[in-house]
Amino acid sequence: MPPLLSHPLALRFVSFGAVLALWEYAGRAGVNAVFPSVSETALAWIALAADGSLGKALAVTLTPLVIGVVVSALAGIGIGLLMGLSRRAEWLGVPFFIVLQAAPLAAIIPMLILAYGIGLATKVAVVCVMAVPVIVLNSYKAVRHTPGSLLEMGQSFLATRPQMIAKVMLPSASPVIFAGLRLGVAAGFIGAILAELLISPTGIGDLITYHQSVADYPRMYAAIVTIIVMSLVFLEVLGKIEVSVFRPEKRASP
Amino acid sequence: MSTIASLTASPPIADRRAEPSTAVAVRAVSKAYPGVEALREVSLDCPAGRLTTLLGPSGCGKTTLLKIIAGLIKADAGTVEVLGRTVCGPGPERAFVFQDFALLPWANVVRNVAFGLELRDVPKSEREAVAAHYIAEVGLKGFETKYPHELSGGMRQRVGLARALAVKADVLLMDEPFSAVDEQTRRKFQEDLLRLVAQERKTFLFVTHSIEEAVYLSDRIVLLSRRPGRIWKVIEPDLPRTLSPDQIRREPVYLDTVEAIWQNLRQYVE
Ligand SMILES: Nc1ncnc2c1ncn2[C@@H]1O[C@H](COP(=O)(O)OP(=O)(O)OP(=O)(O)O)[C@@H](O)[C@H]1O
Ligand SMILES: [Mg+2]
Repeated sequence: MPPLLSHPLALRFVSFGAVLALWEYAGRAGVNAVFPSVSETALAWIALAADGSLGKALAVTLTPLVIGVVVSALAGIGIGLLMGLSRRAEWLGVPFFIVLQAAPLAAIIPMLILAYGIGLATKVAVVCVMAVPVIVLNSYKAVRHTPGSLLEMGQSFLATRPQMIAKVMLPSASPVIFAGLRLGVAAGFIGAILAELLISPTGIGDLITYHQSVADYPRMYAAIVTIIVMSLVFLEVLGKIEVSVFRPEKRASP
Repeated sequence: MSTIASLTASPPIADRRAEPSTAVAVRAVSKAYPGVEALREVSLDCPAGRLTTLLGPSGCGKTTLLKIIAGLIKADAGTVEVLGRTVCGPGPERAFVFQDFALLPWANVVRNVAFGLELRDVPKSEREAVAAHYIAEVGLKGFETKYPHELSGGMRQRVGLARALAVKADVLLMDEPFSAVDEQTRRKFQEDLLRLVAQERKTFLFVTHSIEEAVYLSDRIVLLSRRPGRIWKVIEPDLPRTLSPDQIRREPVYLDTVEAIWQNLRQYVE
């Protein structure tokens, strides 16, 4: 491969560019009347950003999302660790979270509305319900699969239980825990948008539904693209946190 | 040069020969895994300050025995005494060198070597100074900030050895530590090990599959029989340590001992 292309960033730009080109082509070719081209969408995005409505909508959407993701991450990793460390917690928790993970959770949103109304609490709850199961199950599996030789090593060098957890099990589990977090964050984004579409049209969900109803498709797509990009940014930040906090060896040589 | 002459000519070695106290005493240890009897009534002594080797067919329970001595596995019957105290778990007077290295992939060489001290809450600067000393000792100077995946197999093994040395345990339990390295590294490592035995005055218990290695390194060789492992023979090669490595390998004592052990082990092959 030429050196320019072998850079991981270059590869990303190329694939990104290809998708954009395809989108622009499809938009211009008029695949569908409701499908705008990239350039139209970009102009719409600039207009939305300029009049401040995009910023406001993002803030509204991100509030329950960030709260939900942080709560899910803390609770999910905590519960997952507990299940990985204690047989009893495992016995209690595993069936429950496997059912939760398999269930179409959007179906319980009406139940949450009944319980918590249509405010912030419900939206946070939706994000959590979507994000927690996968985070829990990944953390649990990651801890359970700590290599036996590392455990024996810790034991033979007299690690206490808390040391073993903090210095051996957690770092060893961190790649799988973070994979779970990434899936959880993605699910959380779905939850946040679902909540806005199903509960009360606010934030980005409101931008999407409103511009759809007035047939302003470029703006509708601009809103959709914005939330997708936000999701990617979240995942990227997560990756950075993982490498800098837990796995410095991945930074040393990519 | 005769063996006797060379012994009197070199005080450290004469010293080494004159210190017969027992560091590790294994008494009638038995161990069975579900469906597999691994060890049956094994008893052995490791003299303090010497290198004892366990040699035996694959699957005869060498690793099991070493881990029982380390306190990582419980024996079904029998006792182990290390420096006069009965073993009931891992202890600070023992350190283990793992066959598969067991290095932390997310920690660099310094942190891996200092890990035993980190677990004992030794302050960072202090433990890193100790680590630096043993990193130099095993010949890894310049690799302090590398991560395990950036090292070769032999270098990783040295990190494992340095980690065990850094906690200043009196008894080092080494499970096939040279199995993953090439012949050149192995020879270099053997010399390092002999130097360490002489310098550090520690007790080494060493597992290997190589007869030559066992004879070359050991003060005492314990031959284990096929599973269930039992002590089968104890051999004490008496090599003239003042000679160069190549000369030792050409000595009749060395060659005869290798041959005798081979004749013994051959029965298992046939
Ligand atoms: N955790 C375990 N569960 C069940 N059986 C085991 C376990 N560990 C070892 N064994 C069995 O006990 C026997 C002795 O194993 P051990 O690992 O001590 O042998 P070894 O002498 O170290 O062999 P090698 O030279 O191949 O390393 C083997 O037959 C093995 O299959
Ligand atoms: Mg073994």
